Amino acid sequence: MQLETVKKVKKPLLQVNDLKQYFPIKGGLFGRTVNHVKAVDGVSFDIYEGETVSIVGESGCGKSTTGRAILRLEEPTDGKVTFQDKDLLGLSKRKMRNMRKDLQVIFQDPYASLNPRQTVGRILEEALEILNVVPKKERPQRVKELLEQVGLQAEFADRFPHEFSGGQRQRIGIARALAVEPKLIICDEAVSALDVSVQAQILNLLKKLQRQYNLTYLFISHDLGVVRHISDRVIVMYLGRVVEIADKKSLFENPQHPYTKALLSAIPEASRKRKKERMILKGDVPSPIDPPTGCRFHTRCPLATEQCKVKTPEVRQVGPEHFVACDVI
Amino acid sequence: MNKQDQDVLVVKNLKTHFFTEDKVTKAVDGVDFKVKRGETLGIVGESGCGKSMTSLSIMRLVPSPPGKIVDGEILFKGENLLDKSEEEMRKVRGNEISMIFQEPMTSLNPVYTVGEQIAEAIRIHQNAGKKEAWNKAVDMLKLVGMPSPEKRAKQEPHELSGGMRQRVMIAIALACNPELLIADEPTTALDVTIQAQILDLLKKLQNELGTAIVMITHDLGVVAETCDKVAVMYAGKVVEYTDVDSLFENPKHPYTEGLLNSIPKLDEDVEELQAIRGSVPSPSDLPKGCLFAPRCPYARELCHQSLPDLTEMDGEIKVRCWMHTEEWKREDTPITNDKDQTDSDKGVTLYAAGNS
Repeated sequence: MQLETVKKVKKPLLQVNDLKQYFPIKGGLFGRTVNHVKAVDGVSFDIYEGETVSIVGESGCGKSTTGRAILRLEEPTDGKVTFQDKDLLGLSKRKMRNMRKDLQVIFQDPYASLNPRQTVGRILEEALEILNVVPKKERPQRVKELLEQVGLQAEFADRFPHEFSGGQRQRIGIARALAVEPKLIICDEAVSALDVSVQAQILNLLKKLQRQYNLTYLFISHDLGVVRHISDRVIVMYLGRVVEIADKKSLFENPQHPYTKALLSAIPEASRKRKKERMILKGDVPSPIDPPTGCRFHTRCPLATEQCKVKTPEVRQVGPEHFVACDVI
Repeated sequence: MNKQDQDVLVVKNLKTHFFTEDKVTKAVDGVDFKVKRGETLGIVGESGCGKSMTSLSIMRLVPSPPGKIVDGEILFKGENLLDKSEEEMRKVRGNEISMIFQEPMTSLNPVYTVGEQIAEAIRIHQNAGKKEAWNKAVDMLKLVGMPSPEKRAKQEPHELSGGMRQRVMIAIALACNPELLIADEPTTALDVTIQAQILDLLKKLQNELGTAIVMITHDLGVVAETCDKVAVMYAGKVVEYTDVDSLFENPKHPYTEGLLNSIPKLDEDVEELQAIRGSVPSPSDLPKGCLFAPRCPYARELCHQSLPDLTEMDGEIKVRCWMHTEEWKREDTPITNDKDQTDSDKGVTLYAAGNS
């Protein structure tokens, strides 16, 4: 829907259209599918080249599932994902593997995603080997360059993952993503497991690399402070749906959706400057197996009307770069 | 009432070390602080700074062997907990001092209803009858804001959400009306909107019951929100002890300053965050001198040579840093850590964990 309204000169690098990811729940005597977890239920957005778009939301809102569905790490149920005019969901497995040269991912726990029996050099070489981006002879040299680019010493190539600290491991994860010279990197909670002082180092590194290689990031995080720091635009998700999309400034200074407002006011801020008025939501996030009808936020929304219980709100434009899915405001 | 009576907990020079075959790991190595009645003390620091070990030491729950409290005093209402027998400690735990942990699911028993688990604490510590304890348990659930408490009391932990489980933990912890509550990362596993509910609840209950709280957290946002006093820990030692306003407005220790600068702010935009270079030293291989010196942007030769004491500044503020001493004024050696090196990318390579 927002495609018509933001007629940009720039062309989107990635377009996600009505993406759906349902996971079956098996049960009963014959293990039939008895219901679905609607983890992602009709999500649409665009990402332009060179920008950082973040998806924020609480656990179970579908932010990570969206990232995984774009990469086809899990096959999406429905929808369309277009990357540089290619329909990703229509590609064969083999062609999709080649596409991963352009689409890389960095995960939260770098230790779980690095093979403990391989040296760092081997891990990076393997990435180069699979997609065959660098001839064999030049690979050791390229590995050294990669390590230096992420702020590690070239000699570290001979070491194993357990010899590194958490922050250094995340640098290795970044080096591996960079190895194939991708266009888009999906960072799935990439700094969430790190201590703040190290987190700041990694955020600075990600920004530096973005400038250097004109990278595009899809940054998935639950930490709004980090999101504000790194993003150009922000997508807020709640129970599998997008509730608000806006440029960073509009979202943080003028949030429209009641959920976004509550989320922002709930963050404990590390300063004594202003004691803001707290808006504390009642209750928990409902289960995505049987999500509420109408607007999914109506069970916790302070502004909910009878209408909200039955009618699903459409995403509408409220500012030049600002879209919100709420009928009340 | 004299001042001494108001201090619920006074910790003096606490040292908890771990003895393994070939080395001694000084997890807690010189921690001092006090907590007054109705006050919240925050203990902040990054992973491995010893904040959780400090809380386990207060409860005398340090796994032993290999851990051992080797020095110091833990005065609870004037009595040294380290002199108590195991039998006496059991009467203190859960009754006068309670604790809540990060992950409620691992501290709740999965096969008992939550009502029984709350009632158990009341039966043991207050000699209440079965019926009476159950009723009190339901009252506690009501107090912590559990919706339909009678029904929830009969449910098992797996039937509750994360936020509700943490409410149950708080109900258990406060069931015997303790004078001190130790909360070890109580909201770290929760989503922000649920975290806001739980922090709000703790504050409300503290006002009602007058409990002193030791809040252990890595999140300076939580500190700003809940604490009165703060102890900042680094590599097993308290480096700054201060009130919460001074902490944010006028941090004294370079590590505190670095921590505050590392956090992306919600109301200002910067191109680059001022990260602390390098990483936390391994507790079994600590630098000589000030433990923060290798990462400190102000460090001079003196800092690498000897460890500063936790010295009192104005009021109740204490700081462990040479910069605030007389010696510093005489120190004229150059700054050892090159300013350019504060660039995050160069600093980090200096410390590889493990041996190579």
